[in-house]
Amino acid sequence: MTVPALEIENLTKTYRNGVQALRGVDLRVEEGEFFALLGPNGAGKSTTIGIICSLVRKSGGRVAVFGHDIDREMEAAKSCIGLVPQEFNFNQFEPVEEIVINQAGYYGIPRRRARPRAEACLRQLGLWDQRRVMARELSGGQKRRLMIARALVHEPRMLILDEPTAGVDIEVRRSMWAFLRETNARGTTIILTTHYLEEAEALCRRVAIIDHGRTIENSAMRDLLMQLHVETFILNTREALAEVPAVEGYTLRRVDEHTLEADVERERSVNGLFEQLSRQGVHVLSMRNKSNRLEELFLRRVGRAQP
Amino acid sequence: MTPSQQAAAFLTLLIKECLRFIRIWVQTVLPAAVTMSLYFVIFGGLIGSQLADVKGLRYMDYIVPGIILMAVINNAYANVVSSFFSAKFQRHIEEMLVSPMPNWLIVAGYTAGGMARGLVVGLAVTVVAAWFTDLQVHSWPVVVAVVLLTTMLFALGGLINAVFARSFDDISIIPTFVLTPLTYLGGVFYSIDMLPGFWQQASRLNPVLYMVSAFRYGMQGVADVPLAVSFALIIGFVVILFAAAVWLLHRGVGVRS
Ligand SMILES: Nc1ncnc2c1ncn2[C@@H]1O[C@H](COP(=O)(O)OP(=O)(O)OP(=O)(O)O)[C@@H](O)[C@H]1O
Ligand SMILES: [Mg+2]
Repeated sequence: MTVPALEIENLTKTYRNGVQALRGVDLRVEEGEFFALLGPNGAGKSTTIGIICSLVRKSGGRVAVFGHDIDREMEAAKSCIGLVPQEFNFNQFEPVEEIVINQAGYYGIPRRRARPRAEACLRQLGLWDQRRVMARELSGGQKRRLMIARALVHEPRMLILDEPTAGVDIEVRRSMWAFLRETNARGTTIILTTHYLEEAEALCRRVAIIDHGRTIENSAMRDLLMQLHVETFILNTREALAEVPAVEGYTLRRVDEHTLEADVERERSVNGLFEQLSRQGVHVLSMRNKSNRLEELFLRRVGRAQP
Repeated sequence: MTPSQQAAAFLTLLIKECLRFIRIWVQTVLPAAVTMSLYFVIFGGLIGSQLADVKGLRYMDYIVPGIILMAVINNAYANVVSSFFSAKFQRHIEEMLVSPMPNWLIVAGYTAGGMARGLVVGLAVTVVAAWFTDLQVHSWPVVVAVVLLTTMLFALGGLINAVFARSFDDISIIPTFVLTPLTYLGGVFYSIDMLPGFWQQASRLNPVLYMVSAFRYGMQGVADVPLAVSFALIIGFVVILFAAAVWLLHRGVGVRS
């Protein structure tokens, strides 16, 4: 088996103020994966990421990045990582291009080679026209993209993004998704934390969930979604319905005269439901999931689902 | 990192630090030139003309080296303390902490930036001084060595101050209550030979005295303390402060949670 991009064993962290942020996080991310790290607010995602990038000192456990233990081979481990932190952490009074070029320099890339790289990164993220602007004059979404450009300038093997799409509009978010997919396709391992679960579902093939400082789930996205036995759909009907049509094998509820809610067990196909409805002269115009599937699972796993 | 990567990283820090103080030169270079001109006009020109010669030099000429060095010291210190503290405050210090740069390299880069500002301001003040007096240099090697080592020492001091600082107030406490008194009492405006016995001895505890004295020797060939003692002391301080700064970063004091 090849060396994993990231291996974390029994990671613990108690902050100086006594907060036990991590109580035993285990993670394994293979090279080339697009990995979602999920968890509610305060679960310990940013703390875990901070430790991987040596911004936070761990209390216990082991972290290895591409086989480099962060205690013993810190420089080698750091060289493999590009970090997009949760909070803006660039010099607000520095021009955009300088920020990216300097970051390359910190990784040992001389200015003359850093310039074209910075240009490529800024162009890819649509910030080239803003290159001479002071960072503080960028919009929120542009600042997020600046941090992505900065993280990629030294061509890391692993990109870690801590809520990169927070506060970013839909269009920019979609283009960020496309960009991250491309980056991943070129071989960069990506770890993403986000509270937009449809984003994780759309992008990531593997997923871990952290809650109260512990890993409570670590599996393929597909396998995780398979755990959902019942999905709820919202159906819009052409005919106005006075009462709930009687169907067999499915639970239906009437929301209003043109809207039905249907619980469908995983073993059953929705075709059966449609057949029974058509036979009763009910035509379904459109259908959608009541909630995102991952969201549904997530709420169950972190124990906050509505009964 | 390989040595050539380290060199690239060091240059990056140095250039970044220089661009920073050049971008805001009105706050970083100009004030020293203005303040020091005032010293020359008031202490040198107006008051100094009423005073007797010191060690065979006109009073105005005597205070020139001390005033230049005072500007150099203040600015080397101020550059690093404010730059490093604002890196902590705005959190862009994290850009360096996530990178593979070793701690000594971060210390070296910031120190070099502080030295650069000390030198630039030193030059500016020297130009102003040349307008008031005839400048002379007794020994170039001594002048260059003293300025480099002194800027290095105070740049490191500024870095350590910034490591411990938690607010903007904390970065002005040391300059106001320690640095300024030490320079004023460090023989900038007088020779310690002019002081009564007790104060002469007390002055010898002031490290700035040794720097001013050595610098004055470099320019005018007169000194309050032997040159070798001055150099030994400055180099000793530089080594201790460098080690302390690297150790503090290694322990993550004030920068890693
Ligand atoms: N510097 C710090 N000092 C003390 N406690 C901290 C610090 N940073 C985080 N914590 C605490 O550690 C716990 C985990 O925080 P962390 O930021 O890792 O959560 P998170 O999963 O990233 O949450 P979010 O989704 O809100 O970003 C929280 O209880 C938080 O209050
Ligand atoms: Mg977080």
